[in-house]
Amino acid sequence: MSMTLTSGETAFQARSLFRSLLRQSSQFAAYNFREYAKRRTKDAFRENHDKRLGEREVQELIQRGLKELQMMKVRTLGTRRMVEGWQWE
Amino acid sequence: MASSTTAAMRQVSRLSSRRFYSSNALVRGSSHFRTPATSTANRAAHRTYVSESKPDKAQVNVETAIKADQHAFTAQTGKLPEKVKMPGTEMSADVMMSPAAGILKQATVMDEGTRPIYLDMQATTPTDPRVLDAMLPFFTGLYGNPHSRTHAYGWETEKATEQAREHVANLIGADPKEIIFTSGATESNNMSIKGVARFFGRSGKKKHIITTQTEHKCVLDSCRHMQEEGFEVTYLPVQQNGLIDLKELEAAIRKDTALVSIMTVNNEIGVIQPMEEIGKLCRAKKTFFHTDGAQAVGKIPINVDAWNVDLMSISAHKIYGPKGIGACYVRRRPRVRIDPIISGGGQERGLRSGTLAPPLVVGFGEACRIAKEEMPYDSKRIQKLSDRLLKGLLSLEHTSQNGDPERFYPGCVNVSFAYVEGESLLMALKDIALSSGSACTSASLEPSYVLRALGNSDESAHSSIRFGIGRFTTESEIDYVLKAVTERVTFLRELSPLWELVQEGIALDSIEWSQH
Repeated sequence: MSMTLTSGETAFQARSLFRSLLRQSSQFAAYNFREYAKRRTKDAFRENHDKRLGEREVQELIQRGLKELQMMKVRTLGTRRMVEGWQWE
Repeated sequence: MASSTTAAMRQVSRLSSRRFYSSNALVRGSSHFRTPATSTANRAAHRTYVSESKPDKAQVNVETAIKADQHAFTAQTGKLPEKVKMPGTEMSADVMMSPAAGILKQATVMDEGTRPIYLDMQATTPTDPRVLDAMLPFFTGLYGNPHSRTHAYGWETEKATEQAREHVANLIGADPKEIIFTSGATESNNMSIKGVARFFGRSGKKKHIITTQTEHKCVLDSCRHMQEEGFEVTYLPVQQNGLIDLKELEAAIRKDTALVSIMTVNNEIGVIQPMEEIGKLCRAKKTFFHTDGAQAVGKIPINVDAWNVDLMSISAHKIYGPKGIGACYVRRRPRVRIDPIISGGGQERGLRSGTLAPPLVVGFGEACRIAKEEMPYDSKRIQKLSDRLLKGLLSLEHTSQNGDPERFYPGCVNVSFAYVEGESLLMALKDIALSSGSACTSASLEPSYVLRALGNSDESAHSSIRFGIGRFTTESEIDYVLKAVTERVTFLRELSPLWELVQEGIALDSIEWSQH
């Protein structure tokens, strides 16, 4: 996420967000969702890597990433349960 | 939730009793009360037991009484669940209420190792986790009837459904007011065909419907139903590549044609019809144009105004949304009048009465929003996977793609494997979830009527298999499928005596089979 341009702090923030997104992605129980989440995360960061973005745009993207992370945290719990429940029947 | 409420009540009652006790103590005097709060105690000591109360104090103001009563528990119940932190845990109440919380301890990660690879995206798609995330609050906390105008429960769900309607409209370039939520594309198709035909057939002037032979079963069946009601129906043939001939369509449109119904993307062979030209033709001939967009919406760019579409059927579960919800686009300018099939409370402009299902509607809206946002990314990826699959499959000998090789949606690849029986290939490919045609007809062993309409022989139609690629398909899955199909097609062909003859260079048509 335009790490070369913005201040070191933003770059650090972006990198740590990237890592937590990837970590959370690997928590999906279903193979297809897991692979998609990992791939989408990588591609989204790669897409914006070379772009010359302003501070504001970077913050917007980071906010979006945080929202996705929050969603994944809840959903990875959910899918585990659902796959489990499916097996119990 | 219940336990937290009771706990809160207990706490409140404890607080108030304590206050009651202390105020009693104040009135009785400072003798029992030798705490730092002496100044108040002194002041209280001056008061007498009987004091005149002011007249306005003696009256009960109903509103303040309600407020005072309410205060204790609305502080607890009025909060949105996601804003409540559950004591003792770091979870919000929203998480706590979800059934997942209880069994988290036993939860282990289970892979889908034993289930087949899913390559039947035309039948249905997995629900996107983001869609599920948007839906869940409407299954738990937000349960109001969106048509309730008298209280906040109704308002919050109404707001959410209207937002979902906007997302759906944005995806197809329409106005939110033109979107009617239905139970799915089948209902939308029925509503459009029967509704328009009945409304305009009532005067007896318009008694003709045009459709194509490759339409989905529900369109064909609705048309047959209208035939019984005295309408004339033209089933347009298609060319070898699955596309309709515009000249034939023009010739088929008559003065009394009420409706032309042609699907955007075919569900079996994936060909994309020339919508813009058809729309222009229908507008010029002043007939209504309905299209079944279940397989197209969210996958190819759509603009109902550019295409001059008057009615369009949309389905949520084909675009990673929930099953059981769809929509019908009904144009307002120029207005399309339809006779509603379902009458009742007059919801959805009176065209489709019945309470909306907020969880499904919200999920549908979210699916549309994601589809629009992700369309460039998804289509690029699906194109790549499709090219890889198609190239691999066509490199086998005696295989051919069904439908137009240029104008087709890449997520739907239909290939014929000559000299192999389709059903036995499906059996051999047990580790891959595939279908030889639409899901509705997959129970019967009849060859697909769509492939027959293309002019394919029975054998060729029997040996066709449809591969559906979607957002969650991975590259390694495609590689696995390619390898499996190649191996098993070769194996099945080795078994077949016909294949031996073909290898020897004998044309099968030239053989005279002996009669028994």
